Amino acid sequence: MAEYQNIFTRVQVRGPAYAGVPLARGDSPRDGKPNFSHILGYLGDAQIGPIYLGWLGLISLGFGFAAFEIIGLNMLASVNWSPVQFIRQLPWLALEPPSPAYGLQIPPLAEGGWWLLAGFFLTLSILLWWARTYRRARQLGLGSHVPWAFAAAIWLYLVLGFIRPLLMGSWSEAVPFGIFPHLDWTAAFSIRYGNLFYNPFHMLSIVFLYGSTLLFAMHGATILAAGRFGSEREVEQVIDRGTAHERCALFWRWTMGFNATFESVHRWAWWFAVLCPLTGGIGILLTGTVVDNWYLWGVKHGIAPAYPEVFRAMPDPLLGAR
Amino acid sequence: MSFTLKLGAVLAGLLGLAIILLTFERPPVETVQTGFRGVALGNVANPRLQPALAAANQVPTPLPRVPSAGPRAGQTYQNVQVLGELGVIEFARTMAAMTAWVSPQQGCGYCHNTANMASDEIYTKVVARRMLQMVARINAEWKPHVLETGVTCYTCHRGNPVPLNVWAENTGPMRGEGFSASSNGQNLASPVVGDSSLPYDPFSRYLDEAINIRVQTPDPLPAGNRQGIKDAEFTYGLMMHFSQALGVNCTTCHNSRAFSAWDQSAPQRTNAWHGIRMIRDINHNFIEPLQPIWAANANGPASGPHRARLGAHDDPLKVNCTTCHQGVNKPLNGVSMLRDYPELARITNIDAPPPVRQ
Repeated sequence: MAEYQNIFTRVQVRGPAYAGVPLARGDSPRDGKPNFSHILGYLGDAQIGPIYLGWLGLISLGFGFAAFEIIGLNMLASVNWSPVQFIRQLPWLALEPPSPAYGLQIPPLAEGGWWLLAGFFLTLSILLWWARTYRRARQLGLGSHVPWAFAAAIWLYLVLGFIRPLLMGSWSEAVPFGIFPHLDWTAAFSIRYGNLFYNPFHMLSIVFLYGSTLLFAMHGATILAAGRFGSEREVEQVIDRGTAHERCALFWRWTMGFNATFESVHRWAWWFAVLCPLTGGIGILLTGTVVDNWYLWGVKHGIAPAYPEVFRAMPDPLLGAR
Repeated sequence: MSFTLKLGAVLAGLLGLAIILLTFERPPVETVQTGFRGVALGNVANPRLQPALAAANQVPTPLPRVPSAGPRAGQTYQNVQVLGELGVIEFARTMAAMTAWVSPQQGCGYCHNTANMASDEIYTKVVARRMLQMVARINAEWKPHVLETGVTCYTCHRGNPVPLNVWAENTGPMRGEGFSASSNGQNLASPVVGDSSLPYDPFSRYLDEAINIRVQTPDPLPAGNRQGIKDAEFTYGLMMHFSQALGVNCTTCHNSRAFSAWDQSAPQRTNAWHGIRMIRDINHNFIEPLQPIWAANANGPASGPHRARLGAHDDPLKVNCTTCHQGVNKPLNGVSMLRDYPELARITNIDAPPPVRQ
């Protein structure tokens, strides 16, 4: 049967479990006895564990669990503690932020207080997890690229749930915790503020989102396509002619005249990925605070075209009634 | 590939198939463009489903016309408060038609004490009189919505003593008590709003209370608009109801790039705007004043059918778009029954505050 060689890892080399480089001073011991999973080995490295938990990881998980429990138990209460309904309606359930009447006050638990608490614990958990990624990167002698990329996502999260509601003076402007409800919120947000597609920072965010997928597809495809020449072994590649690396580079040079290098393609991808939530967050931050109707803003600044009338549009009946 | 992997792949495939088959409507879906090219204004319909929908919304054969001769009903019979100016034969025809439309199984006795037809002792007769006034009001005052097509009892009742598509205030099903979080009337799978998690009772706000559906600011910059995202969710929920009730999509009325812009909306939107005010008029001035009568007969007349006349909060069952439209954008496929029963537009003693068009 024809099988493309790169869908799964074809050869799993199994040696003794490897604990990793020695830990830096001040680190906790690693947890867990390493073992091997053949199935996970199809997708990634077959060795599972050990994991470095440490205090930051432990406290982060603790706060994350608190937020998870607050959200989950309130969802369960919203279907009258029925486990069947909880499972059946789970995608529809949510923990809703306070109503507009409360502004930035701390409402009673039942009126949005739980939402504030869950958001507080989740934010703590995320920030501690960020500190953990930073600390682990530094202790391994790595650059801090992963933590800063994570920080870009945290920026968008904080804008949506904390910074923008503060500027708007109301917690009710924030996103509910729920699967479909946060999607409905997104649609309603765009409708309330006159169509987010006319927000230039939303446009930029989409450019970087789709650009990221394009770059990821190009990079992933290029490396996989050269897998038959051992493209995953980067170090040996860069110094010789005719290697997988050179063929990859030549493919793009001959296709579009310009090509990335083994290093720079990752920088392209990093910036595209990071700029997606950075620009998106700016766009959200400006919505309702600086611009209240993005479509009309687009008309004002000449980015929304006018179309010929096909039917006879009627005037606003409310104005006619006065 | 190991057996476990293959089994997993087959199960995942079956699950995916089930989701696709149970979630999406089977094609074909046809789009009829109604606006300028590129703006996506249009009607979306599935021609496979249209014949069944049209068949379910056929009008009954009208009763033969009779001459308006002979003495007037109001002079011949006692206690004729509406339709009294009809001739007795005409009057009998209208009564026969109403029976066929509203209580075909129960007959005249559903409203009348057949031993004394003039008596108001059966409460349904009082309700029917009020409903006749309501029908006349709609046909006379709400032409911006019903045009010359008009409405009759059948538009809503369709052979049922209580119309099938009605609503009552909904504060949601039983939920955990104490200090567990409220969900602001949303976040449950609700058929009222197209199985979305949008607010499941948009009717109380917009079809009972007269809250305007205006969440967008008519200015690029903030100008003191107090409407929030939750308000937008409520309006969105109501629009989902419109869409389901009429079998139409957003772009039948709106240019989706600027939902609030009247100068880019189809004329249907103006018709719907008047429809909202019409429903408020119906619910406020004709349905809700009857609440005490229904409260005294919460399960209908003694002869049946026994069906609740009040909602969970003791409010009467009220009208929304589905009550008349029942899945088609023109009720009863746009066929006018009023043309065969013009007396239903002629009642003048309507006895209700003037309609509000704000």
